[in-house]
Amino acid sequence: MTTLTAVPPAAARRPVPWPRLAWVTWRQHRAALAAAAGLLAAVSLYLLIEGLLMRGTAASLGLGRCHLWAGSCAERAALFQDQYLGVAGLTTTLLQAMAGLIGVFLGAPLLGRELETGTFRFAWTQGCGRARWALAKMVPLAALVTGAGLAFSLLLSWYYQPFLAQRVTSPLDPQLFDLTGADFAAWTLTAFALGVFAGTLLRRVVPAMAASLAVWSGLALATVLYLRKHYLAPLVGHTLALPRHGALPWTLHRWWVGPDGRPMSASEIFAVSGRMKNAVGPRGTDADAARWLARHHYASWVSYQPASRFWPFQLIEGGWLLALALLLGAATIWLIRRRAA
Amino acid sequence: MNVIESHGLGKRYRRSWALRDCTVAVPGGQVVALVGPNGAGKTTLLSLAAGLAVPTAGQLAVLDGRPAGSPEALDRIAFVAQDAPLYKNLPARDMLRVARSLNRQWDQPRAEARLAELGIPLDRKVGRLSGGQQAQLALTIALARRPDLLVLDEPLAMLDPLARHEFMAAVMAAVAGDGISVVLSSHVLAELERVADYLIVLARGQVQVAGEVDALLAGHRLLTGPAAETTQIAERHPVVHCQPAGAQSHLLVRTGAPAAQAAQDWPGWQARPVGLEELVLAYLREPGAVTPPPLTLARAGADSKVRG
Repeated sequence: MTTLTAVPPAAARRPVPWPRLAWVTWRQHRAALAAAAGLLAAVSLYLLIEGLLMRGTAASLGLGRCHLWAGSCAERAALFQDQYLGVAGLTTTLLQAMAGLIGVFLGAPLLGRELETGTFRFAWTQGCGRARWALAKMVPLAALVTGAGLAFSLLLSWYYQPFLAQRVTSPLDPQLFDLTGADFAAWTLTAFALGVFAGTLLRRVVPAMAASLAVWSGLALATVLYLRKHYLAPLVGHTLALPRHGALPWTLHRWWVGPDGRPMSASEIFAVSGRMKNAVGPRGTDADAARWLARHHYASWVSYQPASRFWPFQLIEGGWLLALALLLGAATIWLIRRRAA
Repeated sequence: MNVIESHGLGKRYRRSWALRDCTVAVPGGQVVALVGPNGAGKTTLLSLAAGLAVPTAGQLAVLDGRPAGSPEALDRIAFVAQDAPLYKNLPARDMLRVARSLNRQWDQPRAEARLAELGIPLDRKVGRLSGGQQAQLALTIALARRPDLLVLDEPLAMLDPLARHEFMAAVMAAVAGDGISVVLSSHVLAELERVADYLIVLARGQVQVAGEVDALLAGHRLLTGPAAETTQIAERHPVVHCQPAGAQSHLLVRTGAPAAQAAQDWPGWQARPVGLEELVLAYLREPGAVTPPPLTLARAGADSKVRG
């Protein structure tokens, strides 16, 4: 048998080059990528238009010269916020799910559909080998998803910037933090890796989408509710001593301390508030009330994360999400290698 | 040169063994047919050889000692799985390019020429091709890789008789043209009879029959005679299968060598040669009956000649 003993030319023994494998990934998933890109583009266009409109209004109100949001600046900022803040709040709320949806929508079918329809029997018996094939599918899409996520969060940060400047929201605010910086990209990448892993494990696309979206949402919720506030130990201080300008800190907890130095219960606060109103009278201002409280040694305390911790928090969260995504990717390759037909 | 060689090969899926203690040597340079009832382990054996599955026990080598699933083995074995899985939403042209991109060796002109010859339009989506055309496309892709070994798992199952005929003609043309080895599993015994050089019957994960088709056919006879004398025949030749029909019996006996097959050896019995389909069916009906390996088959023939 001459064909068996013939030595293939040196070029034929080199591994299949990555760009050729990447073309296969592109050809198979370009429709899904286009759909995801279309969704991102539509949202981006909306953010761009709204952002430009907001800037026009801010300029006509002369908000650019305001630093301390008191007096006339506060009135004009209130006008601005009446017009835009409701929609902005709704927008950021709706966008919370987008990272998960995009990641899972692209990730779950990536290997799951091959396993569901049986085409893996074709792909895994080609010359390139299944691990190389799986990597060529996962890595380019992961890079695209991450890149698109970074670009999108840049745009969203720009869109939301007026509200940060007006000290409406803290940059560390849960509704904003995971849409800005590197966090949006990290959450999208994690959703993608979860989707790929679930698709490989469950071998079915729709159950994999549901499962990975459920796990992703649980993870995101647990992070916002329990995890993120403990990345660094919160600071504690008098409410009145917080800085009056610059980015707003993220307030975690607020409580009152009475003359005995102990935190007050709700009923105590209610009683003191009644005495204060009697003493100050119906014409009393907020400043009068504050003076009365200070004279009687009642103080408001706050635990908070200062806005300067935005990037450290982004690094911490992005870091562990990236580690999780890499772990899921390694687990997927391990599953692919040992999965029998 | 063996294209597939296994010793004590076993594969377990979850709790049940799909293949157990399978020792087989599949010779190269010919068309090898793998037959057996459903669940006998045919697909498992071929999947293991193609590197899709990993053995639970035993050893398996392909193409002269290469470990199954290794890069050099993947490179030289073209596997067409059952139902010819391809990307149904891609046009045939892109399907070719996908296969070209996933392989080191690829013969694009040959693939295009074959599809043109078959009248398969390059811009039609794979899913819109007929079953026969999809099977032909899968075969075209497998052959364009210029493999040394072509492994086909139930390639004829979904095809109508005409498409079966055309598919096997294409396989035979590749064998004649390139000298590649082919291993195929099938239930379509009539089609195998025309193409197979070598037969392996698997039953319950074990090799029941293995040998050159010509030698196997020459070494078996179908006898019809009085049922009462069945035991006398059985004393002289192993009876693979006995089918009583009233006072008569139809026996498939293993005679060994053609020299022992003169009609006078079986007075009162009518002897006739056996076809591949009858031979396989007889063995499938008697999963306990086993042919000796080819070497001992020759010796058994010599023995019976001495006795005769």
